[in-house]
Amino acid sequence: MSKYILKRLLQLIPVLIGVITIVFILNQLMPGDPARMLAGEGATEEAVERVRVEMGLDKPVIVQYINYLAGIVTRGDLGTSYKTGVPVLTEVLERLPTTMILAGISTLISVGIGVPLGIAAATWQNTLVDYAASGLSFIGVSMPNFWQGLMNILVFSVYLNWLPSSGFYGPRYWILPALTVGTSCMATITRTTRSSMLEVIRQDYIRTARAKGQTEYQTIVRHALGNALIPIVTIVGLEFGSLLGGAVLTESVFAIPGIGKYMVDAITNRNYPVIMGGVAILAFIFSICNLVIDVLYAYIDPRMKSQYSTKKRKAEVTE
Amino acid sequence: MREKLLKVSDLVVHYELENEVVEAVNGVSFEMDRGETLGIVGETGAGKTTLALSIMRLVPEPPGRVVQGTVALDGENVLSMAKREIRQIRGKKVSMIFQDPMTSLNPVQTVGNQIMEVIKLHENCSAAEAVIRATEMLERVGIPGERFNEYPHQFSGGMRQRVVIAIALACSPELLIADEPTTALDVTIQAQILDMMRRLKDDLNTSMIMITHDLGVVAETCDKVAIMYAGELVEYGTVEQIFHRPKHPYTVGLFRSLPSLDKDVDRLQPIPGLMPDPTKLPNHCSFYDRCEEACDDCLQREPPVVEPEPGHTVRCCRCSGGERREAME
Amino acid sequence: MAKRITPATERAARIAAKERSTSPVSPAKAAWRRLRRNKAAMAAGVVIVILLICAVFPAQLAPYGFDEQNYAVAFTAPYKEYPLGTDNLGRDILSRIIWGSRMSLIIGIVSVVVGLLLGGILGAVAAFYGGRVDDVIMRVMDVFLAIPNMLLALGIAASLGTGLWNLLLAIAISNVPRFARIVRSSVMTNKSMEFVEAATAIGASNGRLIFKHLLPNSLAPIIVQGTIGIASGILCACGLSFLGLGIQPPTAEWGMMLSSARQYIRSNWWMVTFPGITIMLAIGCFNLLGDGLRDALDPRMKG
Repeated sequence: MSKYILKRLLQLIPVLIGVITIVFILNQLMPGDPARMLAGEGATEEAVERVRVEMGLDKPVIVQYINYLAGIVTRGDLGTSYKTGVPVLTEVLERLPTTMILAGISTLISVGIGVPLGIAAATWQNTLVDYAASGLSFIGVSMPNFWQGLMNILVFSVYLNWLPSSGFYGPRYWILPALTVGTSCMATITRTTRSSMLEVIRQDYIRTARAKGQTEYQTIVRHALGNALIPIVTIVGLEFGSLLGGAVLTESVFAIPGIGKYMVDAITNRNYPVIMGGVAILAFIFSICNLVIDVLYAYIDPRMKSQYSTKKRKAEVTE
Repeated sequence: MREKLLKVSDLVVHYELENEVVEAVNGVSFEMDRGETLGIVGETGAGKTTLALSIMRLVPEPPGRVVQGTVALDGENVLSMAKREIRQIRGKKVSMIFQDPMTSLNPVQTVGNQIMEVIKLHENCSAAEAVIRATEMLERVGIPGERFNEYPHQFSGGMRQRVVIAIALACSPELLIADEPTTALDVTIQAQILDMMRRLKDDLNTSMIMITHDLGVVAETCDKVAIMYAGELVEYGTVEQIFHRPKHPYTVGLFRSLPSLDKDVDRLQPIPGLMPDPTKLPNHCSFYDRCEEACDDCLQREPPVVEPEPGHTVRCCRCSGGERREAME
Repeated sequence: MAKRITPATERAARIAAKERSTSPVSPAKAAWRRLRRNKAAMAAGVVIVILLICAVFPAQLAPYGFDEQNYAVAFTAPYKEYPLGTDNLGRDILSRIIWGSRMSLIIGIVSVVVGLLLGGILGAVAAFYGGRVDDVIMRVMDVFLAIPNMLLALGIAASLGTGLWNLLLAIAISNVPRFARIVRSSVMTNKSMEFVEAATAIGASNGRLIFKHLLPNSLAPIIVQGTIGIASGILCACGLSFLGLGIQPPTAEWGMMLSSARQYIRSNWWMVTFPGITIMLAIGCFNLLGDGLRDALDPRMKG
């Protein structure tokens, strides 16, 4: 098992280098002269040149690339904010917990509602429950979350005055944004759960369970769910990516001081290192998350688990 | 005298799809006594499996629907029972072995747990006791008890079928339905599995319905035989009656298409043509198109059920005195 | 044995009778027939056609110009003359929504076409040549997939700069890996089919094989994913415009309308409500149509 995790970790390395490369290329394409931006407005030509040499921006692109890569690997150097002059990584790490809380609660909401709803829809296929779940998930998928955020503010803050519309100071502040981020994810999870359950319910081993005299409820919980869980876990991992993307927009709607808002503010200020640093960090988190999902996957599915242990056994035999 | 163990009367099962209706079982009636082994023989798609599933009320609904008929177990109609009652019967009084051992076990549960499940459901025993009984059962079907905690994918097809049999027999059912239990297995394994099933059936004093398309298996295993064609029982009788004095042209054709050791034939004679599409059954005898002995009378009416000798029934116009087609021409 | 007549057999016979009249049918016709029976997908199709008409003839359909300002009626709640109200500059929201359909549909459709072309070629080549080529292409695609779609588009849009064409390019590029994967897996399945072996046997060139045999047979999943891709393209475009990375004022664009309406949310609900409903409607309809197409093109996939 640890061998599998190690293997997946090693596979992660080229992907992350690739992500950094993409970010570097995007950095190169950015409009404006980074040295001038860093030196600040109204800086003299000499000052700009000094910054340029200091940052190594006068070197050939390939050297810059290697330095950039080395900077990230050794110091986590994602560049410096034009606006504050503070390293991007420092500023991102300050905001990371907020974004992770938001993403975490949203995941909980979307899994906590989406999975049971999908199971219900599959169990009572073609009934009112199914139609309601399908309708709900259809709306959820179609609703852009930045608009849903605005609507939530309109309804729950402006008209009903139940919940605060901006800030992130405690659980009361978490509800609306988490709901906003989680909705489309929940919708996708509902749909996946439903179709996965429908697929599993048709399998022969479900019939075997019924032939044993098992109750419908136990058949669903003990036999169908365990097998249906595999694609559901995969989709949760993938959805985490759109959830992070959604968090960027939602944070800006609710004025939540997380990575998303940090990036969006950077867009308005043309603070490019911050945008790219944010993209790199979120891609990194997403990759780690998918790694965790893959490992989790191996724990759910005994076929995956023994794939590695039998290999070991075979190796022992040949020795 | 006690009630018959199983009495199926005029059972009709359809699968209702959006734009067609599959008439899978059409008016099947038969009876079974305790201790008996009944073989149900027929081609793929003749409705054998649907018949078997409806005895346990496992036909998926929708799209399946029992249109009419009863299935009486000890005189009680399974089809009108409450769900609770039927659950107490499944796995305890009647259990089933399915065709494909590769798919009929849950891939994410250990085989031991899957055997234990049925014991815990029906026998009033502690978890520890259930483990002991499940291990016993596993050893009884020829699998070492230490493999209790392994998963289905770690077993071969034949071994998995043994596990399925262990599940089916764990609560010593009165009736065991085996739906082509060896079709998916290698020929060498087939004999082992059949032997084991016969032995266990005798040990546990279980009645059995053996669904197969292999007449050889029937000859070795069964007391009674039912021949199914297009959802109907076309002929029913003891093994002796069917094998030595087959009456229905389809049954006759089946035997003629078999290789035989006693007789020296140059070529086997397959039955020409195909079974009619179960969504488009004709209004007359459904074997008409393939029947060598078909006559005009066969087009006119539904074939009646006749009894050429006690306990031997045939559903055929010809056998009830219709005239040969040649004679009419 | 006689057919038993049940309500179900009668219904089946009716449907069969209706369809028998025009048989035999080509697969495309059969798919169209299945699609027509799907009411939700047909309704979605109608809405999409309406949106398309709006996108092509906004000047004729919209009661006002997209940038026609009238301060006298700024912040007017919906009433007869301004059915969806007006914004802070007194512009008619309905007219701006109609004009905005042009932007959203162009971006949605063109980004899918461009993404499909690039991704399709990469995917087909990877699947066809296999081995090293496949490895390299797909590893690069994996790297792109490691960046959440929205963030990738955001990054590209930020470095390319604002405007319709840059936004389009950003979304198209972020679509490439997904389409490459779909086309690759679809070509892989077909590659082992016998008709391809037959074509190879009679000496068809590689290019001919890819374009004449493999791609057309992989069309069903491409059409389905393309339709759904339009929905996500529209969503992405509106999101980026909402953040100020896409279409710039005074052009009418749904996401941007929402963005500029944000600050007036407390007193002018119509300004944020209607553009949002439109986005939702457009995305929902393309998704519904995509689902419908999937069921129609491949009945086996129906859940």
